[in-house]
Amino acid sequence: MSPIPAPPVVLGPLLPSLIVVGTAIVVLLLDLLPPRASKAHLGTVALAGLVGALLATLRTWGSGGRAFHDMIVLDDYALFFHIVICYAAALIVLLSMDYLRRAGAESGEGYGLILFSTAGMMVLASANDLIVVFLAIELMSLSLYVLAGLFKRRREAGEASMKYFLLGVFASAFLLYGIALVYGATGTTNFDRIVVAVGAGPRDRLFLIGLGMLMVGFGFKISSVPFHMWAPDVYQGAPTSVTALIATGSKAAVFAALIRLLVAGLRTIQPDSTALLWALAALTMTVGNVVAIAQSNLKRMLAYSSIAHVGYMLVGLVAGGAPGAGAVLFYLLAYTFTTVGTFGVIALCERAGQEAVEVRDYAGLGRRHPLLALTLGLFLLSLIGIPPLAGFVGKFYLFGSAVRAGYVWLAVIAVLNSAVAAYYYLRVIVYMYMQEPEAASASLAPSFAGGLALAIALIGIVLLGVMPAPFADLAQAAVAPLIR
Amino acid sequence: MTEYGTMLMVFAFAAVVAGALLGLPRLLAPRRLTPVKAEPFECGKDPLGIAEGRFAIKFATVAIFFIIIDIELLFVWPWAMLYRRLGWFGFIEMMVFMAILMVGFLYIWRKGGLEWE
Repeated sequence: MSPIPAPPVVLGPLLPSLIVVGTAIVVLLLDLLPPRASKAHLGTVALAGLVGALLATLRTWGSGGRAFHDMIVLDDYALFFHIVICYAAALIVLLSMDYLRRAGAESGEGYGLILFSTAGMMVLASANDLIVVFLAIELMSLSLYVLAGLFKRRREAGEASMKYFLLGVFASAFLLYGIALVYGATGTTNFDRIVVAVGAGPRDRLFLIGLGMLMVGFGFKISSVPFHMWAPDVYQGAPTSVTALIATGSKAAVFAALIRLLVAGLRTIQPDSTALLWALAALTMTVGNVVAIAQSNLKRMLAYSSIAHVGYMLVGLVAGGAPGAGAVLFYLLAYTFTTVGTFGVIALCERAGQEAVEVRDYAGLGRRHPLLALTLGLFLLSLIGIPPLAGFVGKFYLFGSAVRAGYVWLAVIAVLNSAVAAYYYLRVIVYMYMQEPEAASASLAPSFAGGLALAIALIGIVLLGVMPAPFADLAQAAVAPLIR
Repeated sequence: MTEYGTMLMVFAFAAVVAGALLGLPRLLAPRRLTPVKAEPFECGKDPLGIAEGRFAIKFATVAIFFIIIDIELLFVWPWAMLYRRLGWFGFIEMMVFMAILMVGFLYIWRKGGLEWE
């Protein structure tokens, strides 16, 4: 019996995600030790792990590598997404330290699951193989399904968790079938070799069907119309800090895989995929914005608004090339800061012992708590895209790339949509400053952790809006190795 | 071809055993049908009930814990078959895998997941 040679083990390119997984395991083990009553230290450990992963990412910038037979690629592109995802996760841990504690749901498994899903997102950003994409999406989603139901005693939380799980596994099945068909058509699951196989032969029906199924799976995870039905219910029922993670980190990670596969890899079938993406983008923006107008629940409204923002980002995918992909990366950075901040303020606002989730709960907030109202107002203005905040610059780059690539009509639809969106964001601001509160309300006092998260997010959107050039250059540098 | 022959033998053996288990009682056992016996088999539970009926969550958790051990076996068995050929590399890899798995097991145990009441 001859010995089987050991394969080379290169763990370097996985280091940032390994740090996060390791921290998650430490958090779970620490949860078993005393003190049992207080879980505050677990949040600190989780935060330390995320900061460690962030530092490891920054140290690796420009010197990535490949591992596991090219299944994992740690290039600057993946590192850019690692930064976005780690920032989002760290802000969400900070928010959770405030929000979950007040809700009485602070737990070791909560922080552990946030870290596990973050690790899944990071692996997804550096995945260069459809099997790794599937594994990473499952690691991310399974943790999020449980996190959505973290408030065990609440009915809506159970509904959110169950809906997200059932529809999520359905979408995963589509994804898996798509992977099988792509493998059948090309004989490989590796991105690089798929591109070579597709470029060589004539257009293959089997491959296009497989790609379509992949798009269904991806479309579900980023909640693009018509695969968005789960989003409002899940966003509403899940704990607000978890909603922020679903809306930012998971979408950023799936966009990372989508861009790597479609914009950078499969440029030979661009005419087919662009037509599909064009329709998806226009539909997603319009449905998201129009339905958001009718919402009275703030979390539902933001769910539809996040659907609309996915539509804007798809505009960048349609434009394609380095300018389009770079614009999407910059927009994701801006969108992550803005959205985490918006959900952060909602998580901190209470009304009569309950979470303040209805728009009318915010009546008179400007007088009751001027600082918090101002913060929420700035985040909402950034979501509309008012200069000098991050949202404006992000939209400028996105729509600009679409116009330069010749998709003028799509840019026109996007701009019209932004105008529609202004209505429902401004309504909240009107409520905050121009309406009298309905009843006397308790004073709000965000803890240090919650305040710090909001401050970081606020500095982020102002910085991105006032001097966007360094960050835009960073995004362009990140997509450069993909699009040669 | 011989490998497939072995597999066919396994199938044939399974068919014979299953056939005997189903067929012999039909030939040998007395048949007295009662309403209780005619019911669809449901592990002693009433087969008819309201759709929103409640199950104890304990059954679901035990089933999930079983999966941990089940998946462990799935990986450990082929590893054990090739243990000598894989050498130290295989040993260390398996120990890493087992260590991560044991964290989960420890977590279940300390959180009281294995207690029935």
